[in-house]
Amino acid sequence: MANNIFGIILAGGQGTRMGNAERPKQFMEIGKKPIIIHTIEKFAIHSAFDKVIVLSPRAWISHTRDLIRKYIPRSSNVVVVQGGSTRNETIMNGIRYIEENFGLDDNTIIVTHDSVRPFVSHRMIEENIRAAQECGACDTVIPATDTIVESAGHQFISSIPDRSTMYQGQTPQSFRAKKLRDIYESLTAAEKQILTDACKILVLKGEKVQLVEGDVTNIKITYPSDIRLAEALMEGK
Amino acid sequence: MLTSVYRLVRPRQFELVFKDITLDTSHVIVHPVRLSICNADQRYYQGLRAENILRKKLPMALIHEAVGRVVYDPSGQFQEGTLVVMIPNTPSETDEVIAENYLRSSQFRASGFDGFMQEYVSMKPDRLVPLPEDINLSVAAFTEIVSVSYHAIRRFLRFSHTRRNVIGVWGDGNLGYITSLLLKIILPESRICVFGVNEYKLHDFSFADDVFLISEIPDDFYLDHAFECVGGAASSKAINQIIDHINPEGTISIMGVSEDLAPLNTRMILEKGLRLFGSSRSGREDFLGLINLYKENPDVVNQLEKIVGAEIHVKNIQDIIRAFEIDIHKIMGKTIMIWEN
Repeated sequence: MANNIFGIILAGGQGTRMGNAERPKQFMEIGKKPIIIHTIEKFAIHSAFDKVIVLSPRAWISHTRDLIRKYIPRSSNVVVVQGGSTRNETIMNGIRYIEENFGLDDNTIIVTHDSVRPFVSHRMIEENIRAAQECGACDTVIPATDTIVESAGHQFISSIPDRSTMYQGQTPQSFRAKKLRDIYESLTAAEKQILTDACKILVLKGEKVQLVEGDVTNIKITYPSDIRLAEALMEGK
Repeated sequence: MLTSVYRLVRPRQFELVFKDITLDTSHVIVHPVRLSICNADQRYYQGLRAENILRKKLPMALIHEAVGRVVYDPSGQFQEGTLVVMIPNTPSETDEVIAENYLRSSQFRASGFDGFMQEYVSMKPDRLVPLPEDINLSVAAFTEIVSVSYHAIRRFLRFSHTRRNVIGVWGDGNLGYITSLLLKIILPESRICVFGVNEYKLHDFSFADDVFLISEIPDDFYLDHAFECVGGAASSKAINQIIDHINPEGTISIMGVSEDLAPLNTRMILEKGLRLFGSSRSGREDFLGLINLYKENPDVVNQLEKIVGAEIHVKNIQDIIRAFEIDIHKIMGKTIMIWEN
């Protein structure tokens, strides 16, 4: 039975062309598998999802499909689709795929997640789904441990917000898909330009976004040192 | 797939690590939903095992009593969402004579390798047994310990002579409760008598035909067979008391675990021609038989609900420690972790 819930794995907007020395970081390995496979597996085995949509740079679509075929024995619920030019355009491509293939209504839920956060847990996914169904949108966060310093001119401190009200954003971020798209499409080009985060689409328009408890282990693998950190979190490393 | 595993690294200290599970066609992935703490887990948690044993076995995920839901089964044997009990005994060979739980080559969860304190567990399909969907989840969580009693009773039926008019159970804890309850169901014609040290605990044994404080057993009281469910330092006292009150050629089933040697009245064992046998753990056949017994006797599950103790929501290491500490201070009952990982 269809749940009207979809996983959206964000595997990079631009990517890197073949021939460059570096592969996109989601294809680097931790343990014995590419990072993106660890992440997709977490979503692929979760029974809530009608489909898990992996948004990939155009040049890496076939490569991603090959990896899924190689590592995940039963993967008919996973599909690879081309990403967009920005993070939010990539999410919109995912929503477009859902609309074209499954239909979109007010209750369609999307759980969006960075492909380079393979330590996401079953609990975070469950709580995201629940929060998105109840509130319409949610963001996975952890309390800020470092003091946040704001500097408008990039030279002097303009303010130091109270740390007890500060959080660091992780993913998943989950939404009622139709509402997210409608609000996004109502934004001006200038507004779209400043959006680095999907939750900000809703926050800009005064919509409520609920917090879901993340975890310090839900790291984003960005730098080579993060690979070493990820391997340290794994047993026997 | 990276799955979180909560391992005990030293007494009272857990650590979160991630294990890479390979998705393949010969394993089923289960998401644990309820876990039950056993005395064996407590012996590791509190550091009550010998130093060399702790050094050898830790770090290791504890818990061998758990139920979960199937999330992924490429073999197609289980539907997604099926509620299953996970069998902790993991044999690597079969034997025509020796049961799977006595094969020295078998491994056991939370003893030889990681137990069920994991986000997802990868299991061979024959280590899973489906449960009725309407079963009380907390009772289902401790199916394993009930299967251990069931296993001992099956062996008792093989080993003992058929005069089973009076059967005694020594021990007023969880194991004594479970064993005497199953005995009353399996042998309804037998008079089941329970012997304990706490009068208020003995009041809970409503299904038993008689209960006695061990300090007030009439001298002329005799029984045909007995089960020892005491364990620990009091093991030998319990077994010797059974030897005093048992009729000739009776069978004594020993079930309590003791870290120390237990001196026994061997003279009377010989004189009375007694049979003593031990049982430990259980195997797939026991789980299947027990679940049939649950289906045929819903009262059993209802009586087992009486020993569900604290039910604690667990999301992180702090919650795990809280559950183990609450379990230490309980008077009776099974402590359940509602697993939200």
